[in-house]
Amino acid sequence: MPDATESLTANMDMLRFATAGSVDDGKSTLIGRLLLDSKSIFEDQLEAVEATSASKGYDYTDLALLTDGLRSEREQGITIDVAYRYFATPARKFIIADTPGHVQYTRNMVTGASTADLGLVLVDARHGLTEQSRRHAVILSLLRVPHLVLAVNKMDLVDFSQEVYDKIHAEFRAFATKLNIPDLEVIPISALSGDNVVNRSERMDWYSGPTLMHHLEHVHVASDRDLVDVRFPVQYVVRPKSEEHHDYRGYGGMVAGGVLKPGDEVVVLPSGMTSKIAGIDLFDKEIAEAFPPMSVTIRLEDDVDVSRGDMIARPSNAPKPSQDIDAMICWMTNEPLRPRQKLAIKHTTRSARALVKDIQYRLDVNSLHRDQETKEIGLNEIGRVQLRTTVPLLCDPYSKNRTTGSFILIDEATGITVGAGMINSAS
Amino acid sequence: MTQTHADYQLSQLDQLEAESIHIFREVAAEFEKPVLMFSGGKDSIVMLRLAEKAFYPAKIPFPVLQIDTGLDFPEVLETRDHWVNRLGVKLVVASIDDAIANGVVVDDGKTSRNRMQTGTLLHAIEENGFTAAFGGGRRDEEKARAKERVYSHRDEFGQWDPKMQRPELWSLYNGRLHAGEHMRIFPISNWTELDIWDYIGREGIEIPPIYFSHQRRVFERDGMLMSETPLNPLRAGEVVEERTVRFRTCGDITLTGCVESTASTIPEIIAEVSIAKLTERGATRGDDRFSEAAMEDRKKEGYF
Repeated sequence: MPDATESLTANMDMLRFATAGSVDDGKSTLIGRLLLDSKSIFEDQLEAVEATSASKGYDYTDLALLTDGLRSEREQGITIDVAYRYFATPARKFIIADTPGHVQYTRNMVTGASTADLGLVLVDARHGLTEQSRRHAVILSLLRVPHLVLAVNKMDLVDFSQEVYDKIHAEFRAFATKLNIPDLEVIPISALSGDNVVNRSERMDWYSGPTLMHHLEHVHVASDRDLVDVRFPVQYVVRPKSEEHHDYRGYGGMVAGGVLKPGDEVVVLPSGMTSKIAGIDLFDKEIAEAFPPMSVTIRLEDDVDVSRGDMIARPSNAPKPSQDIDAMICWMTNEPLRPRQKLAIKHTTRSARALVKDIQYRLDVNSLHRDQETKEIGLNEIGRVQLRTTVPLLCDPYSKNRTTGSFILIDEATGITVGAGMINSAS
Repeated sequence: MTQTHADYQLSQLDQLEAESIHIFREVAAEFEKPVLMFSGGKDSIVMLRLAEKAFYPAKIPFPVLQIDTGLDFPEVLETRDHWVNRLGVKLVVASIDDAIANGVVVDDGKTSRNRMQTGTLLHAIEENGFTAAFGGGRRDEEKARAKERVYSHRDEFGQWDPKMQRPELWSLYNGRLHAGEHMRIFPISNWTELDIWDYIGREGIEIPPIYFSHQRRVFERDGMLMSETPLNPLRAGEVVEERTVRFRTCGDITLTGCVESTASTIPEIIAEVSIAKLTERGATRGDDRFSEAAMEDRKKEGYF
């Protein structure tokens, strides 16, 4: 039961999803529809959108105006950057990463997908799968977004035809077998008229699956985390040095994997020193266990040397410190990534420098072809690289843990984030 | 333990708290001189509470900065002082009156004090050498805010360039800066107005009394109910009357409207917010009504 002082949403769980799709597939309209039909749009927002639609001479309310928040986006009528939006239903709270469909903004799609539990790819029923929809599915699969929904939109423009839906469905299933998509749902909708978005469509009685909202509300995400392999990157050493807490020494961080309990034997990496968990603190309370994604403070029984960038794991199950990393990289800046390049790298709470030892191949995300001829990775391209780091990273394969398996690359001169990395293996 | 986790599932409010604490610790570990922008309003009080949790039992390892508009609600200043004393944090006050006197900003008689906050803030950041400034902005507040990263890079003029934002991946934040630049940090980006109220209720957090229903002498201006105060002279045709009201946001007293409400407890406020038909800014903030891109424009100049 929710506490008397809390709303009905306070104790619910949360689903983060990223939207993808080509420019005119109706993504903004769909988001507008989800917000409108879940009563998450306020009157003043709707009035502003109605007024702008009217001043632009539209004979309908352009729900896309709700989401295109920047002046330049409204001018061009396109989404440039990721926007985050929020709504709640009686079942769940939702965070939408509304990502742009344009090819040149793929990096923003990667940004939105990196934290998503579910990816929502829109296709226009009239056009079927495009290069762009395949590309988005590949990126969502590379980023290990565990659930994927293909929303076949604009069904109203194909007479709500089951045949059209079946054809797209079959084509996508065939394509998806080459990818890592553990859970796929294909839903025929019309974002403009609201069919199968929140309310079941009477015009598609041949479809027996869930509505989009029902699926978003019920898809099971709790088991997507790793609760087995203990990973605790040390973020901040808490040393009050006050009268009251003179000897307190705690290690603040966010649990990246596994379940930690007082009394557990642990190893601190990279030093390899072992100790036991003396206590786990969540603010002024001691707690019995910590699991992802809790932010807690851990105290150890022994006075071992632990600092930011170190990792606490179990002695029998710890990542091997490594300076040689094999990873997939999504490149995010104009100047291409080339061999021998030196970059700053941030992995969990550890910062170092990395040297690009080799570029193995560039992945064509449309055909999945591995191009081994070209030795560079350009803007919005994805490739496989070998890196050598100045200090050992305490990493896992990205397929095992999205937190300890990911890193970012930073251009040391400009300070800009230029690459997103997903670790295949470390040696 | 406050609750059991048979299924290792965190409620959304616990997830939000964990994420915010992570951001506070990350900034404290990586930035040379952070500061927390603190207005005494509900969002910045929640921020202070989260910071307290992030470093407990140690003290919050950075000061708080308040921009004194000279037009703040006295109740809000009292709550500010209460929190600062309780947590033993250092309070830095940057006053618009001082900024005008020192020629940092110009009072042309037309610019609102709210707008003059930007220049005062940027000057305070520069003068104190702050490299990161935590702000209580939430993405659900406004559509330009919905576009903002958790780490929002500001150039040496304090400007935000929405087209040049750094990609923000996983929970890996990039805090690299050049000399003179700073970062705005938004640890409660993913919280909604309702989440804030839930958290205030759950944690028993003390907030300024003007958020609760009370009798106030008000007048109507631009469709909003404004407080009677010598700081905000009446215009022709405006009539003062006593109404039962509360505030949804706390800003400049001359620009912040109140709403008619009988909600005098947190559960009553939560019930009211759950069914509100207007956004808090649309309902009560005169400063966001100038143009469709008012917030975006102010943010580009360096507003928070």
